[in-house]
Amino acid sequence: MAVSGQEPWLDGNAGRLVRPYQVSGGRTRPAHPLNLLSLVKATGREAAPRHGPEHARILELCRRAPVPVAELAAHLRLPVAVTKVLVADLIDHGAVQTRHPGAATDPSDPIVLEALLDGLRQRL
Amino acid sequence: MACGNACDDEFPAAAKVLVAGGFGVGKTTFIGAVSEITPLSTEELITAASVGTDSLAGVAGKSTTTVAFDFGRITVDARHVLYLFGTPGQERFWFLWNELSNGALGAVVLVDTRRLTGSFEAVDFFERRGIPFLVAINEFDGAFRYEPEEVRAALRLGPDVPVVPCDARAARSATSVLVALVRHLLARAVSSRPV
Ligand SMILES: Nc1nc2c(ncn2[C@@H]2O[C@H](COP(=O)(O)OP(=O)(O)OP(=O)(O)O)[C@@H](O)[C@H]2O)c(=O)[nH]1
Ligand SMILES: [Mg+2]
Repeated sequence: MAVSGQEPWLDGNAGRLVRPYQVSGGRTRPAHPLNLLSLVKATGREAAPRHGPEHARILELCRRAPVPVAELAAHLRLPVAVTKVLVADLIDHGAVQTRHPGAATDPSDPIVLEALLDGLRQRL
Repeated sequence: MACGNACDDEFPAAAKVLVAGGFGVGKTTFIGAVSEITPLSTEELITAASVGTDSLAGVAGKSTTTVAFDFGRITVDARHVLYLFGTPGQERFWFLWNELSNGALGAVVLVDTRRLTGSFEAVDFFERRGIPFLVAINEFDGAFRYEPEEVRAALRLGPDVPVVPCDARAARSATSVLVALVRHLLARAVSSRPV
């Protein structure tokens, strides 16, 4: 199926329309490199007075266990790009620590793959 | 931010698998069946993801739009979490596939035997990028049952690509697809390593 190029972008399949974000002050590029699976964990430090309710919600979501950026975005109902900006604000403030997925993303690491295989088999 | 061994224990290893395929093949259903959380719908800004803009300042006042993708999670053990990302079906949103596939272990390409070729683009995408994948035939009720070898021929799959049947609605069946994928990844990993 070829894309005609004539189709309007903003139709029912394109998702909801969003206004440029007040929550991130219109920023879409975070000050720290983050990806969909960057894990975010609250350090226990509260958000700053300048932060908004979305920042507080992020801290709430990742207080107990690390949560990836993609999952935070889903809970916040905010686009990933905007969520990354908010997480970066919290990194600057020392309110969260982040960790990028490491060894587990090496598809040729048999140790990780064996662990995944064992864990998945137990669910069968 | 100091982060010694103490926080290594707090952060599990995060692995990513993509669930791809044509429109309506059962991607959301598959993720819902295996995920321990209700599949979440995550959104990305089309402007930011597609053209990599630094800021929306230039489009202030105008509206921008989003594209959604499914997201699920399986806590495999205390140290490993597997995240599943469903790709948006429509071709014009495939720029997002690049970001989604970045760092992915591999992919499940679902096919609906009523529209075999609907998943051809997904196969092509992973082949081009060298991302290991398998093909899972989602057996819709009343649909014609193809033999795996017929599907292999129709999608022009190489002999090394596993083709397995599944029922995307059933947790056990969908989980066994993931087991087959990880086995495939292991076989590749072992064969590519010097002895
Ligand atoms: N009978 C049967 N129905 C299925 C199966 N898998 C999915 N369905 C149904 O098929 C429809 C489409 O499934 P989805 O999971 O939404 O497909 P999708 O790939 O996410 O669709 P898009 O995101 O729109 O591309 C839904 O109504 C499902 O309930 C299956 O294995 N058997
Ligand atoms: Mg879907």
